[in-house]
Formats: sequence, structure tokens, C-alpha cells
Amino acid sequence: MYRYFIGRLLMIIPTLFGVAVLTFILLRLIPGDIVMLRYGTGALVSEDVLRAERARYGLDRPIHEQFVNWLWGLVRGDLGLSMWTGKPVAYEVAIRLELTLELAIMATVIAVALAIPLGTLAAVKQNTWVDYAVRVFSIAGLAMPSFWLGILMILFLLIFFRWSPPVVFTPFWQNPLANLTQLIWPALAVGYRYSAVSTRMMRSALLEVLREDYIRTARAKGLAEYLVIVRHGIRNALLPVVTVIGLEFAFLIGGLVVTEQVFNLNGLGKLIVEAISRRDYTMTQALIMLSAGVFVVVNFLLDICYMWLDPRIRYQ
Amino acid sequence: MQTDVIREAALRRARRRQNVLVRFIRRYPLGAAGAAVLLVFAFAAVFADQLAPYDPVANNFAVMFRPPGPQYLLGTDNFGRDVLSRIIFGSRTALLVAFTSSFVGATLGALLGVVSAHFGGWVDNLIQRLTDIILAFPLIILALAMVAALGTGTLNVIIAITIPMIPRVSRVIRASALSLREMPFVEAARAIGASDVRIIFRHLLPNVVAPYLVMLTAFLGQAILLEASLSFLGLGVAEPTPAWGLMLRGAATQFAERAPWLALAPGAAISLAVFAFNLLGDALRDALDPRLRV
Repeated sequence: MYRYFIGRLLMIIPTLFGVAVLTFILLRLIPGDIVMLRYGTGALVSEDVLRAERARYGLDRPIHEQFVNWLWGLVRGDLGLSMWTGKPVAYEVAIRLELTLELAIMATVIAVALAIPLGTLAAVKQNTWVDYAVRVFSIAGLAMPSFWLGILMILFLLIFFRWSPPVVFTPFWQNPLANLTQLIWPALAVGYRYSAVSTRMMRSALLEVLREDYIRTARAKGLAEYLVIVRHGIRNALLPVVTVIGLEFAFLIGGLVVTEQVFNLNGLGKLIVEAISRRDYTMTQALIMLSAGVFVVVNFLLDICYMWLDPRIRYQ
Repeated sequence: MQTDVIREAALRRARRRQNVLVRFIRRYPLGAAGAAVLLVFAFAAVFADQLAPYDPVANNFAVMFRPPGPQYLLGTDNFGRDVLSRIIFGSRTALLVAFTSSFVGATLGALLGVVSAHFGGWVDNLIQRLTDIILAFPLIILALAMVAALGTGTLNVIIAITIPMIPRVSRVIRASALSLREMPFVEAARAIGASDVRIIFRHLLPNVVAPYLVMLTAFLGQAILLEASLSFLGLGVAEPTPAWGLMLRGAATQFAERAPWLALAPGAAISLAVFAFNLLGDALRDALDPRLRV
């Protein structure tokens, strides 16, 4: 087991290295760079200035040297300076991480609170109107783009309560109420889709478990039905649900691109779009590495959870 | 005499096919409803030229921001373009992107998954590690970066949506191909000296059709959502091409209070199309491969 653990941990390194290579290449395939974006194509500024500016960002070095330099910084935990603002990337990320993280946590809470009861209900009452209602509700959650749901919410709040999303983000520790009223709507917009994915998984996993022999045994020995469902059913069905919840959570860090745009929230997702359009290589690279890193680590933790929760799973 | 026999056989075959259809509708009413909605969208896409009451791209500043009414059923936008006509033409863009990227993505993914499972060893290892790398990117961010590199436009959006799909399909297909590999009929094929190509195309691929179809339909809806998100960010289909996501960008949010119909109709079109695809996809999964989770 420890050998598997170590081996699985070591496998993270080549994956992240591959992500780094791919990100680096992909960004440099995007036409133009930050100097061109700032000064135009050289009509207003002399070639010398452009060359000096490129040298300042290290863009004049050979491509492999740029890559090695960046990677070496990454290994040491130095993300470099944002090309656009000139401030450390770590600082720019840190001031936005609070918002994105809070939003992700709120959406997760909403999703779990909806998914487990609804999914269970649908599975237990399979093929009745309850099941159909839950399924339609969750398929609708998958179908509605969260940014459209966001637009609808803003429209609704504006028309009926004259409320529009504030321009400035209020941190939780400054004014919890203002913070929650600001974030609850985007959290709901994201959480609906998130809960839909988890509800469907809960339903299908529980349906599969309820067909198992040990459920028949539990019923045969006269165990109360709700105990059969809760103790034998839900417990065994949770594994794939936990997986979905974990992976979706990982996705929310950096993946909230469109929702943050709609609600005018200055989070990591909005930052990544801005960074790409500004050709801010250091910032974009750091953000992609962060979200890929979270994904890879969550995946690793899930694998470990599997082994811990389900002793039947053995790995070579 | 002989033609009679042939005609009889054809009739019987047609009747049997009809029975399959009727049975599908009876067993999966939700799936059938989804299919019906999709047929409407497909009809709108094919006959857009005949159905649309106005030119979807012609500006007419005399009729800006007309609310829905008898003349403009869904109102007009900030350029005086008819919203209904743009939605009808938008279904062309949506279905084109969805079908092309899902078909190409699922097919390449299936091929890759089967090859990976069949050869095993270092080939499998290499493909799986590459898959890991692409899967580590959030879907939207990979698509975003690819569109930024390739430029906007329908074809580039299709490419940007297809690439992230391939590893997701290949994972699922590889898992079913791995169990097929140990089946006696594949072993027999190997024993009589069938070539790798023959085993892959004759024996493995035909037997992963069920998960292939399920994955394909599951991705149709996702592709529409992804295209809408990219277009909404201004990194998808380029103006003035009518596309639902694009219609939600700019004016729809800017003039939300003055002209709410601009935000309602395109979003409803996206949701309805994806909803229908998902209903159909679920029914297909239940019918073909109930244990598959997508």
C-alpha cells in the first residue's frame, strides 16, 4: 500500500511537468506579446525601445532558456512578477484567491445539501413522479448555462429589489452580511449546475447499490427500510459522489471564468481571461499551473480516499 | 414473384424498425421528447433561410429595441436585428459546432482508447500520461487558450472544443476495450494471426459502439454550452455570425433592464437545446449501456 502511495504521489510530477510544457507552448502560439500590446507595432515607439522592453521581460532570450528559467522559479516557489502590473504574481493571486475560494466553498455546500437528499429520493422512488421531477430538475441544471442563470438573477434582483451587484468586493471578516448577500447569487448560479451533476451521480450510484445482495439480506433480516437505505445504501453509494464533488470543486478554482464575468467579481477566473488577453505570460502560466495543480492533488487525494474507504480496492 | 418476396422482406424490415422506434418512445418518454425538440431545432437549422422572417445580420437602426410584438415576435436588438431570425440562424451554428466536435472528438477518442488498450505496454503508458496532462486543464481554460492561439471563428471554436473532448472519451472507451481484450473471440483472432489493424477495426471497435454513442450524445449538449460560453466571452464565433452565446454578450447584459427580451430568448434557446440533448443522451445510455456514467 505504501508503495502504491509513493508511486501515485510521484506520478504527479510528470503530469505537472507536461502541463507546464503545454501551457508554455500554447501561450507563445497566441499571436503578439505584451510589448506589442502596450506600444503597438512600432509606429509610435522606436525599435530600440521595443527591444529594451522585451529584454526587460526576458522575452529576448531563446525560448528554451525562458522555459528553464520559469520552471526553475516554479520549483523554488518563485512565480515571478506579473508582466502587466509589475507586482509579484503570488500577491495578485493571493488577493483574489479569497473570493474564488469562498465562492467555491459556498457552491459546494449548496450542491451537497441538494444532491444527497434529492439523489436518494429519486433512487428510492425510481420511476415515480418524484424521480421524474428530480431528474428534470437536475437535467435542467445541466442545461442552463450558469452565466445565463446569473444574468436572469441580476435582472430579477434589479427589477424587483433595485439591487445590482456591487463593484467592490467586501471580505467576509469585514462585513459578513454584505459579503454573503454579494456572493450568494453567484454561488447559487454555480451551485445549481454543480448540484445537478452530483444529484445524478447520487441517484445512479444508489440505484446500483440497491440491487446488491447485501441490501436484500438487510431487508430479509427485517431491518427498517430507512436503515437499509441510510446505513447500507447511501454509505456505499457515496464514493462516486465524493469523486464528482471533489473534481467539480477542483474545477471551480480557475474555472469560474464566465460566472465571475457576469457578476463582476474579481476572482481567479476573471483574472485568467484578462491575463490571456494581455499576453501576461507569467500570470497566465501561474494560474493554469495553480488550477491544474489543484486538480491533480484532488485526484490524488480521491484515489487515496478510495483505498481508505473501500478495502476491496487493491492496487498494484 | 421474386420482386414480391423482396418487397415483402423490405416491408417486414420496415415494420420491425418501426417497432424499435415505438418501443423506444414507450420505454423512454423523456428521451423521445428530447429527440422531438431536437428535430425542431434541426428543422430550423436546415430551413433557416425559409423560416426566418428577417435577415439575421442586416442592421436596421429604425427599429432598435422593439419589444416582442406581432411584427417582431421576439423583439429586436441594439442594431435593429430581429431576435427570432438570429435565434433560428443561431441553431445552425450551435448544431454545426455540436455535431462536428462531438463526432470528431468521440471518434478520435474511441480510436485512441482502443489502440491504447490493444497494444498495452509503453504505448498505453504514453497515451495515458498524455491524457492525464490534458485532463488536468479545466475544460474552459484549455478551450480559451486554444481559441486565443488559433483566433476566433467557427472552425477554430470547433477545434478548441474537440481537443479537450478526446481524452475524456478515450478514458471510457479504453476501460471497455481492456475487458474486451481478454474475451475469447479476441484471443482467437490473435491466435490465428490476425493483424493489429484487423483486430482493432474488426473486433474491438465494433464492440465499443455502445459507450461510443453514449459519450457522443453526452458531449453534444456540453459542446453547445462550451461554444456559448466562449462566444459569450468574445472568444468564440465572431460577429456578425448569429450564435446564441454571442447574443447574450454585450447588449443583452448592458441593456438588461431596458430590453430584457435580449437576454431571455437566446438563453432559453441554449437551455432548451442542451436539455433536449441530455434527455436523449440519458435515454440512450439507459438503453445501450446503463452502467456507464458520464
